[in-house]
Amino acid sequence: MRKLALAFAASAALVALTLGAAAPAQEMSPEAELKLPSPGWSFDGPFGTFDRAAAQRGFQVYRDVCSTCHSLNLVHYRNLTDLGFSEEEVKAIAAGVQVTDGPNDQGEMYERPGRPYDTFKAPFPNDNAARAANNGALPPDLSLMTKAREGGPDYVYGILTGFSDPPPGFKLMEGMYYNKYFPGHQIAMPPPLTPDRVTYADGTKATVEQEAHDVVTFLHWAAEPNLETRKRIGMKSMIFLFVLSGLLYAVKRRVWRDVH
Amino acid sequence: MATSSPSSSKFYSHPVVKWIEYRLPIFSFIDHSLGSSYPAPKNLSYWWNFGSLAGAMLTIMIVSGIFLAMNYTPHASLAFDSVERIMRDVNYGWLMRYVHMNGASFFFIAVYIHLFRGMYYGSYKYPREVLWWLGVIILLLMMATAFMGYVLPWGQMSFWGATVITNLFSAFPLIGDSIVTLLWGGFAVDNPTLNRFFSLHYLLPFVIVGVVIMHIWALHMHGSNNPLGIDTKGPQDKIPFHPYYTVKDLFGLGVFMIIYAGFVFFAPNFFGEPDNYIKANPLQTPPHIVPEWYFLPYYAILRSIPNKLLGVIAMFSSILILFVLPWLDTSRVRSGRFRPVFRIFLWIFLIDTVALGFVGAHPPEGWYLVLGRVATIWYFLHFIILLPLLGWFERPLPLPASISEPVLGGARTAGAAVRSMEKN
Repeated sequence: MRKLALAFAASAALVALTLGAAAPAQEMSPEAELKLPSPGWSFDGPFGTFDRAAAQRGFQVYRDVCSTCHSLNLVHYRNLTDLGFSEEEVKAIAAGVQVTDGPNDQGEMYERPGRPYDTFKAPFPNDNAARAANNGALPPDLSLMTKAREGGPDYVYGILTGFSDPPPGFKLMEGMYYNKYFPGHQIAMPPPLTPDRVTYADGTKATVEQEAHDVVTFLHWAAEPNLETRKRIGMKSMIFLFVLSGLLYAVKRRVWRDVH
Repeated sequence: MATSSPSSSKFYSHPVVKWIEYRLPIFSFIDHSLGSSYPAPKNLSYWWNFGSLAGAMLTIMIVSGIFLAMNYTPHASLAFDSVERIMRDVNYGWLMRYVHMNGASFFFIAVYIHLFRGMYYGSYKYPREVLWWLGVIILLLMMATAFMGYVLPWGQMSFWGATVITNLFSAFPLIGDSIVTLLWGGFAVDNPTLNRFFSLHYLLPFVIVGVVIMHIWALHMHGSNNPLGIDTKGPQDKIPFHPYYTVKDLFGLGVFMIIYAGFVFFAPNFFGEPDNYIKANPLQTPPHIVPEWYFLPYYAILRSIPNKLLGVIAMFSSILILFVLPWLDTSRVRSGRFRPVFRIFLWIFLIDTVALGFVGAHPPEGWYLVLGRVATIWYFLHFIILLPLLGWFERPLPLPASISEPVLGGARTAGAAVRSMEKN
C-alpha cells in the first residue's frame, strides 16, 4: 500500500511539474487566450448534417463576395447538387462563367460557358496575377480552408467577424487591416462582409454574422463533402461493432467457463 | 477440449484435407501456430491482446494502403490533388484514406501498449531476447514506414517534416551530406524524394510482415510470458490457444475497433495537423514543424540537446537502447508484479515518456526546454543506471510455485523459484 502511495506521489509530482511547465508558456502568447467565437454548427456532433438553406446562402456569399479573390479549385459545379440545387440550377450556375478550353482542331484555345463537370472558375489565372491584384498578398484557395487552420470553422468565422479598429498604440502597416483572431492581428484582406452585402432570396436578414455563418457552412461542405455519409456509415458501424463485441464477449465467457 | 479444431481426427480424415495435408502440411502448421495444438499459459491477461491487435492493424494498413495506391499519384505537383481526389471522387476513397490515416496512430497505440506490457512483465528476459530484438526491429521499420507515409500527401507538414528529419542525417561527420543527398535523390526535398519514399512506403510493410513471422516463430520456441513471469511447469498451467485465446483476441479486437472506428468516422482529423491540408510550399516554412504524435518523445530528446550530432545520436539511442534492455535489467525476476521498486520506476518512466511527448509538441523554449532536458536525462538514467542497480538492490516479493497455484506463495518458495530460473 505504501508503495502504491509512493508511486502516486511520484506520478503526481511529475504531472504537477508538467502542468507547471505548461502554464507560464501559455501566458506568453496572448493569442492563445483569445477564445474563438462559435455560433454552433449544423454539422457538429455525431448526427450533424449540413443545413442546406445555410449552405445555399453561403454559396451565394462565396459567389458574390469571396470568389472575387479566392479560388475553390477542388470543388466542381456538379458537386452543388449535394446542397439541394437541381441539375438545371447547377447547369445554369456553371453556364454563368466563361472557361478556357482547347486546343480545338485549329490548335487554338477558346472560351466556352462552364459545364457542371468543370471545377469552380478561379478568379486569377495564376498566383502571380493574384498577388499583383492584391497588393502582393496571395488570397489562399478556400477548398480546404476549414480543415487547414487550427480552430477549423470557428477560426474562419472568427476571421470574418473579427475585424475592428486597431487598439490605441497598435502599429498597422500600409494596406493592412486589424483582425483580432488573425495571428499577428494584421491581415491583408479588407473586411469582406458588410450588412446587406448580399440579398438573400429566402428573406433571411443579411447581417455580417449571418453571412459569415452561412459561408462557413458552405466552405465546410466544400472541405469535407462526405461528412454526412461518413457519420451515417459511422453510426451503422458503431451499432454493428457493439453488437459484435457483445456477442464475442458472451462467447468468450462461455468458452472460458471451465478455466475460471 | 475443442471439438471443431483441426486436431480432431474427424477433420484430418476428410479426404480433401488428407490429400492436401499429405503434400503440404498446412492445416497442422496453422494448428500448431495459433490453433488448438499451440499451448499457451492459462493466466494471460487482456494486456496480452495487443500483439494480435498490432497484427490486425498491420493487415488493415496493408489492405487500405493497396487501395489508396491504386488512386494515388506520387508526383510533387500532383500528389496533393490526387489525395483530395481520393477524398472526394473515388468511391469510398474518403473511408480508405481515413482508415489508413488513423490506422497509423492506432497501430502505434497497439504497439506501444504491447511494448510497455513486455517491459512491465519482463517479457524481454531469458529466453526471449531474440523475440524482443525482432520486436524492436519491427518498431524501427514501422517508424520508417510511418514517416515516409506521412510525406506522401505532400502537404506543408509532409514537406517540412521530411526536410527536418532527412536533414538530421547531415549531422554525421564525413558521410552525413552524402546520406542526405541519397535520401533526397537530389539537393533538396523534391519529386525524386517523393518517388523513393512512395516506393519504400509500399515495400517496408511487407518487410514488416516478414519480421512479424520471425517474431511469432521466436515466440513459439518458448511460448508466451505471462503476468506472473514464471515458467509454465506442466500441462495444468496451459490451455490451447484455440479456442481460448482466439476468442479472447477477437473480443479485444471488437473493443479496439469500436475506439478506432470512433475516430475514423467522428473525429478523423484528430491526430492530424491542419497544416497538412495546405499544399507543400518550399518557400514558406510553417511556424511550428511538429511530427506525428508517436514521434514526439524522440523529437523532444533530439531538441533537448544543444549539439546537433549529439542530439541525433541521443534520439537514435533512445530506441536502440531497447536492444540491450535484456542485459541492462539484471533482475532474474521477470514480472513487475513481484518487483515493488522496479514497478514504481517503470510507471515513472512511462510518465517521463509522456512528458517527453508533451514537450515535443511545443517549441523548445523556456520551461519546455527545462522539462525536456530533465525528462531526457531521466529516460537514459532509467535504462543505464536504475535498471542495473535495481536488480542488485531490490528485494523481490515471493514468487508463486506455479501458475496453477499462485496463492501458495511464501518466502521459501520464492527463493526456490528464483533458483530454478537461474538453472534455466
